[in-house]
Amino acid sequence: MARAVVTLPAQAKRGEIIEIKTLAQHSMETGFRRTQTGELIPRDIIRRFTCTYNGVEVYRADLHPAIAANPLIAFTTVATETGTLTFQWVGDNGYSVTEIAPIRVE
Amino acid sequence: MSFGAGVRLLPLAAAFLASARVVAAEIPLGERRSGYELMARETRAIQDDDATNPGMLWVLDGETLWSRKAGAADRSCADCHADARESMKAVAARYPAFDPARGRPVTLEQRINGCRTGRQKAAPLDYESKDLLALTAYVARQSRGVPIEAAIDERIRPFLEAGKEAFHRRQGQLNLSCALCHDDNWGKHLAGSAIPQAHPTGYPLYRLEWQGLGSLGRRLRNCLAGMRAQVPAFGADEFVDLELYLMWRARGMKIEAPAVRP
Repeated sequence: MARAVVTLPAQAKRGEIIEIKTLAQHSMETGFRRTQTGELIPRDIIRRFTCTYNGVEVYRADLHPAIAANPLIAFTTVATETGTLTFQWVGDNGYSVTEIAPIRVE
Repeated sequence: MSFGAGVRLLPLAAAFLASARVVAAEIPLGERRSGYELMARETRAIQDDDATNPGMLWVLDGETLWSRKAGAADRSCADCHADARESMKAVAARYPAFDPARGRPVTLEQRINGCRTGRQKAAPLDYESKDLLALTAYVARQSRGVPIEAAIDERIRPFLEAGKEAFHRRQGQLNLSCALCHDDNWGKHLAGSAIPQAHPTGYPLYRLEWQGLGSLGRRLRNCLAGMRAQVPAFGADEFVDLELYLMWRARGMKIEAPAVRP
């Protein structure tokens, strides 16, 4: 199970600044740790997070090995029009999670 | 990780030897504080909002598992217990509870595994496995805000006494007891970390240090390793008794599960 949780207001006034909180379930293995027998644990991290609003990219973040497990990314955007926000997390070992959330703008 | 904790404990042991203080009594009921109150404002904010509390990821996984059929009986938790939001309300607040079949108290994890082997005819889940933590977190979540209610009767009293004895017993190479830190020196610091009163109000909880969710058993094993004492296995009778005592000690305090701790 690769789970992600997105929280944002269901509706907003046009031009309003809305806060979006995202939480992705991921161990964010750094690639620097070793097992008890000394073998390197391969890196397994989320590399990129993007948020598009009706197809337009409004937020993007590159993630690195020092970022905590289950990364919480919170950001703001301006509610411009009714539509959908698409959130995508892409990472090592084919990790890819997409969440879609609707928003109504009046 | 536990080795590191042990190293950090060394100056503490020296401090105890130097002060040679008299062992204090139990914390008065009115002066009890959840570890939540000792946390930084930012960490409290993570716990307070389900949108930022990473423990909720396990709760959501648990919700999925709740209605998944398992075992030879091909039954899910929901088939017997229906809606957990109703049937599991306040349940976590009264565990460990006495199990007549075993003749001793069992933890919530053991109760869930009892259901798995007894009712679902499935293999028990490993301690600290993702699924057991998820189910426990989901069940415990239904008790959020409910006061801990340790129902102590004659059958369970000997186990409570055993847990109390374990809490006050000096053990390990550093010759510490649980009480020495958590009754006598709570609110002070071990290196940069505040010493809490050790009330298990939020388990299973998300520790930033663990980068994941863990049970009270994991926390107890961490503490014992830090004291350089013998560390019993997960679910050992000694741990269940200690857990029972800790819950009795926290009676009336509200469940926060899944909590966040530094």
